[in-house]
Amino acid sequence: MMEFWIIGTGALVAIACGILGCFLVLRRMSLIGDAISHSVLPGIVIAFMISGSRDSLGMLLGASVLGLITVFLIQLFQQSGVQSDASIGVVFTALFAVGVVLISLNARQVDLDLDCVLFGEIAYVHWNTISVLGIDFIPKSVWILGITVLFILVIIGLFYKQFKICAFDPAMALACGIPVALFHYVLMGLVSMTTVASFESVGAILVVGMLIVPASTAYLLTERLSVMILYSVLIGIACSVFGYMIAAWLDASIAGMMVTVAGAIFAIALVFSPRHGLLMRLRRRRKWAEVAG
Amino acid sequence: MTLLSWSVLTDPNTQWILIGCMLLGLMSGIIGSFTYLRKQSLIGDTLAHAALPGICIAFMLTGVKSLPLFFLGAFVSGLLATLLITVITRYTRIKADAAMGIVLSVFFGIGIVLLTHIQHSSYGNQSGLDKFLFGQAASMIASDVYTMIGVSAVIVIASSLLFKEFKLLSFDPGFARGLGFPVGFLEQLLMFFTVMTVIVGIQAVGVVLVAALLITPAVAARYWTDRLGLMVVLSGLFGAISGVIGTLISTTTSNLPTGPLSVLAATVVFVFSVLFAPQRGVCAKAVRRIRNNRAIRMAEHVREIQHSPVYSKEESL
Repeated sequence: MMEFWIIGTGALVAIACGILGCFLVLRRMSLIGDAISHSVLPGIVIAFMISGSRDSLGMLLGASVLGLITVFLIQLFQQSGVQSDASIGVVFTALFAVGVVLISLNARQVDLDLDCVLFGEIAYVHWNTISVLGIDFIPKSVWILGITVLFILVIIGLFYKQFKICAFDPAMALACGIPVALFHYVLMGLVSMTTVASFESVGAILVVGMLIVPASTAYLLTERLSVMILYSVLIGIACSVFGYMIAAWLDASIAGMMVTVAGAIFAIALVFSPRHGLLMRLRRRRKWAEVAG
Repeated sequence: MTLLSWSVLTDPNTQWILIGCMLLGLMSGIIGSFTYLRKQSLIGDTLAHAALPGICIAFMLTGVKSLPLFFLGAFVSGLLATLLITVITRYTRIKADAAMGIVLSVFFGIGIVLLTHIQHSSYGNQSGLDKFLFGQAASMIASDVYTMIGVSAVIVIASSLLFKEFKLLSFDPGFARGLGFPVGFLEQLLMFFTVMTVIVGIQAVGVVLVAALLITPAVAARYWTDRLGLMVVLSGLFGAISGVIGTLISTTTSNLPTGPLSVLAATVVFVFSVLFAPQRGVCAKAVRRIRNNRAIRMAEHVREIQHSPVYSKEESL
């Protein structure tokens, strides 16, 4: 049962991250995802200090607001003339540092340590159960992640067409009368929410791996957005299953292993992808050389 | 509190650590100015995260905790990371930002797997390896500080000797190539210096936040001046101040890692620059806007008077 819940939590993280990651990769905002996953930390700590519990819905929303503030600050600095990657770097390192200092200052009162921030505590997921509607064997984080996934499915499902146009051609989306800025912030809000929800299981830094790596792998394999999202989710789930198995075998961090497996799958796709892989590229080039020669 | 910090200051060990962190801030500020202008600010972040598996492998192979070995391991994995980013962006349709994110998170994931593997097995002297994540300046020993002094001396001397070349490289690499400068070599050299800074900084500031020392002081310095020479000096100065303040607070207060504190000190300098810099600062801009508005209002006022019936009547008379 323990294994089931650990893999299940990992799979839920993979679903949420896999869907949103596709839009981040397509909009060339992977590093903003990275920044958000770091900078929600002070929000989590502050919400934790106020409420005293680690996974309440209030915390989910409070920390998500911090993700939006991050995006806002990055844009503010960009508009005032700071280069985009530098403004990302300044904002997320500052907020992450605030989070780490807050944790260290309250190390005694707060049941939240730096290891948990980095690696997550997916191995202990099944110990922390909560009773909802009379069902008392489902872990808290599965509830939180389940609600997040449902929310993402509803929002992306309802506005799929709008998100799609925004991802591929923001200028055209604007011309069509789609409120691009609004959808941008909705996407960023969803990313922050996912980060906060996944944070406890996979840690602040590895969330970004689950956001970007499966989506990029899927990007190498298909030309259709719907198929890309499907592949991305499936690859993410495969990562959580194999990651857990290898980590249990090696006695190492499960979250770290999940991202390592994602990296391995990406490497395979990078070399062998039927359309965009390195091997195919080489073969195509050789063919052209024959045609030319 | 002040009494305590002064007594700590007179401790020779702490003085060494302070000098080490100051030099670290200085060199990361200098190198950061060039990487900022070359639009490669986040490369430092990637290199720092990528260094973790290298450090772990170096430790697993030798079983000792020595800075030169870690340097070698981190250098190799940093090099591999930059190579992979280049391969991914050049040969596939994945863009640079996603390539950086992939390499950063996968290397870090591997690093964490290795780190937890080391922690869970009997490697003996592994204590302090996890200090690499957030940095603990207090754990530095004299030989580490000597290494820092050596590295920062090399970087300061090299950047002042090659200032003209680096300047050209930062603003117009195409022009530099046209003039016959060895651009590829200079780029590699700058990358090498970045890797050195990151690796030396990891022990004091930690893997996660060392990139901030490369980015934040440089961006802050950019607010104050339009001249590269001054910017490099200011950025080095800001970095040094941040390093000193971070170390001071961290050594006088228990439980606080040095990295986040130094980063926060740098951020305070940055926010101060954003607000009060003479040309680009928020305050300077507000003052200029008010003055402009006043001038425009004055001009309108004059025009109104000129076109007013009384004035034109007098003129027509």
